[in-house]
Amino acid sequence: MTIGAGNGSLEVRNLTKHFTIGGGLFGPERKIVRAVNDVSFTIPKGTSLGLVGESGCGKSTVARSLLRLIEPDAGSVIFDGTDVRAAKGKALRQLRRRMQIVFQDPYSSLNPRRTIRQALEEPLRVHGLGSGKEISEKAEAAIAEVGLSKEVIDRYPHEFSGGQRQRIGIARALVLDPELIVADEPVSALDVSVQAQILRLLENLRERRGLSFLFVSHDLGVVRHFCDRVCVMYLGRIVEQGVTAEVLDRPLHPYTKLLRDSSPVPDPTARLTLTKILGEVPSPADPPPGCTFHPRCPRAAGRCMTAIPALEHGPGRKAACYYPERWPDLQTAEAAV
Amino acid sequence: MTQAQETALEIRGLRTEFRIGGQWYPAVRDLSLSVAKNETLAIVGESGSGKSVTALSILRLLPQAGARIGAGEIRFDGRNLAQLSEREMSDVRGNSIAMIFQEPMTSLNPTMTVGEQIAEAITIHRKVSRAEAMAEALHLLKEVKIPSAESRLHDYPHQFSGGMRQRVMIAMALACRPKVLLADEPTTALDVTIQAQVLMQLDELKEAYGMSVLFITHNLGVVAQIADRVAVMYAGEIVELAAVDALFAQPTHPYTEALLRAMPRVDRATENLEPIPGGVPAVTAMPPGCAYAPRCPYRQPSCEKDRPELVPLDDTGHLVRCPVRLAKGRG
Amino acid sequence: MAGAVSTSPARPGGLWLAFSKNRLSWVGLVLLAAIILVAIFAPFIAPHDPLEQNIVVRLEPPSAEYLLGTDSYGRDVLSRLIYGTRISLTVGFIAILIAMTIGSTIGILAGYVGGLFDQIVMGLLDVMLSFPTLLLGLMIAAMLGASLENLIIAIAITEIAPFARIARAPTIALKQRDFVEAGRALGFGPVRIMGVHILPNMISDVVVMGSLWMASAIRTEASLSFIGLGVPPPTATWGSMIREGFENILDAWWLAVFPSLAILLTVLALNLLGDALRDAIDPKLRAE
Repeated sequence: MTIGAGNGSLEVRNLTKHFTIGGGLFGPERKIVRAVNDVSFTIPKGTSLGLVGESGCGKSTVARSLLRLIEPDAGSVIFDGTDVRAAKGKALRQLRRRMQIVFQDPYSSLNPRRTIRQALEEPLRVHGLGSGKEISEKAEAAIAEVGLSKEVIDRYPHEFSGGQRQRIGIARALVLDPELIVADEPVSALDVSVQAQILRLLENLRERRGLSFLFVSHDLGVVRHFCDRVCVMYLGRIVEQGVTAEVLDRPLHPYTKLLRDSSPVPDPTARLTLTKILGEVPSPADPPPGCTFHPRCPRAAGRCMTAIPALEHGPGRKAACYYPERWPDLQTAEAAV
Repeated sequence: MTQAQETALEIRGLRTEFRIGGQWYPAVRDLSLSVAKNETLAIVGESGSGKSVTALSILRLLPQAGARIGAGEIRFDGRNLAQLSEREMSDVRGNSIAMIFQEPMTSLNPTMTVGEQIAEAITIHRKVSRAEAMAEALHLLKEVKIPSAESRLHDYPHQFSGGMRQRVMIAMALACRPKVLLADEPTTALDVTIQAQVLMQLDELKEAYGMSVLFITHNLGVVAQIADRVAVMYAGEIVELAAVDALFAQPTHPYTEALLRAMPRVDRATENLEPIPGGVPAVTAMPPGCAYAPRCPYRQPSCEKDRPELVPLDDTGHLVRCPVRLAKGRG
Repeated sequence: MAGAVSTSPARPGGLWLAFSKNRLSWVGLVLLAAIILVAIFAPFIAPHDPLEQNIVVRLEPPSAEYLLGTDSYGRDVLSRLIYGTRISLTVGFIAILIAMTIGSTIGILAGYVGGLFDQIVMGLLDVMLSFPTLLLGLMIAAMLGASLENLIIAIAITEIAPFARIARAPTIALKQRDFVEAGRALGFGPVRIMGVHILPNMISDVVVMGSLWMASAIRTEASLSFIGLGVPPPTATWGSMIREGFENILDAWWLAVFPSLAILLTVLALNLLGDALRDAIDPKLRAE
């Protein structure tokens, strides 16, 4: 089902996913884990959007929901004008070709019993893309494209290092010629030197193929390097959005500031000057009322405890905060209340 | 580092070997370093650099079969730890030298309460009653700022979050007031805001307890935050050793330089991330000459033949294992 | 940028390691091989026709002519024992093969589909598992009647639930692995994922249990034959031979002892082999 003319972009609106844990006759108390709440963003064609946050913020759930590896409870995902959530059967298979995923753990992302060739050719076979010979050539081209030599193609995953396996995982994602790649912490499990290699590879691919990226990461440095725009997530909600450099240099939301200030920088003259950090991330099964960040926020007051702030518009920036930093418009509005 | 500072731990010429396919190969080769009292020395390196093996060698926690200390001394408290009996070593472990690890979930016993585990760490080394040990455990939990420590004392590890568990592990490590704390990637598995908390706390405790800390990590950002001096390891050897300011201001060894250029930063744009081509050589296939030469943009023909020595760059205690860069630095 | 870094041993090495560490596993292998050869070459090895009756020499103790004695119909115990090997191995092997195929399929489906389907299937399996194996086999054999085919079916049915159980657990674990999710993202259907991605990664666990349970199947066969629900006479099976020996135990000890020894050795061989296989696939051993 198509909604309007597509322009190759991904639009996510009000995405929500809750999990129930426990319950049952003899089990522990039933709890609802609000993993993703009301998440909205747009990824224009050919750009990369970073999704950052700490454990439990829901970023991985969002990533998987886009590809329907996890089925969202509510909200819409529109890719190039097509409703992803409503797609079934053949239409869903078509969509799957256009949106692919790269995983974090290079040791779990490949089937240990299949050779590289088999892993790369399988998707082509399943989608019936060409004769045996054509499929074989495409697989070899994919391997070359990620910087590995053709002779590795008949080996098994355990014969490769983490970085090489990550390349193979990327090759597999590319073999169907997707337009959007969801990368779930693609370099987090790699050493710094290997990380740089893979990031460069992803950049080259982005340029060459005009790919869009959703780049999930907890590492702000990597996100700053790779992503045009960034969404900061906390306990299932987006708390700030905007151009990456701006969000990181002039954060509006206190959590973004905390995240940025906590990220260690390789410069001993810029040691952490954190004000006391209060507490830890609450469990997503038991979020605090109102703004979920308020128990840890140095500026929390009044409304923060009772009502969830909306993601407010600013010039190209959004932040979900009643007392954001240096935002003259909102401050004037406050004074007027 | 002034000469007047007392040395808490000194390693001389350590070689730790592993048996692979019937032959012994060194994972740590001819390593020498010293940690002064109240100093934080960071050992930074990637996988395969030998940094964790170094820490395990100090406390002789290597696997019984298939690993051994082939050569070298580990001088602590007037003795050579490499030559102590197992019984003498268990006297040292958790007592005068303590260690904390990366994964608190697997380092803590899931079937014992946190209070019991800390108390155990105390009673093993000191003759105190169980009640006294538990009181001390409570005191330690408060020191590491676990909220509601009185009730938490009786909780099990799985009831704590990752950051809290790490603090429990720190409390256990501090129980006997060690002189040296070995920390093997203690914050790598933690969220970045929790990491910041734990690092700050470690620093405060170090001051309060008068400990030396040997901090192992792969993250140069963390190193910049907490270290007084830094040792950069590659393929089992130290390739650069310097005070933290000097290391970041003047990274001399090509590997140190390459690492810094390959790291993306949160505080500024890094347009050109320069990857390091190639990979770390396998322990079983170490090249002759300089181990980094195959990947080094400055390599000369001599680099592939002669194994370089760790040599002072100047008189500030900045050591580098690279004749090519040393010559350039001095010239 | 090319070149592979091989730091972990390939899987077949595990088998060799397990065998070299455990001497008894060699015993198991050799013993089983011998038993299999006996079964295959039975017509060439057996000194007499197992069905040939000779009342004159009935209930004779072991002698030069009849190495393990004769039974109450004057048939050569040794020859009957040798031919009995065929029955036991055939029944054991085929029953387990059927149970493994059906059981694993059920287990994988239950594990992969999950939810209510899984709960219902597990409930049914639990019911089946709570029956003592022998009782279950007895009930089914009694309902179907005594014949070789029915015996195999009865034993197969008793072993389906255990296989389903041990196929389900790894399926659930594998379902979470990234490469399975990758398959879904690439548009693979559930049949392909179960058959190509999940099954090969757990089949070794299942096969190993299969080898151990084959011993159990052979014991069940012997027990059922002992009761009289096995292959009908005059076919020589170890269980029916023991039954006959049981009736004559005071006069003719050899009738009960030798078939019992045969069962013992076969079960022993399978157990030793099964243990070695299990050690071979144990990841902790593999890591060394």
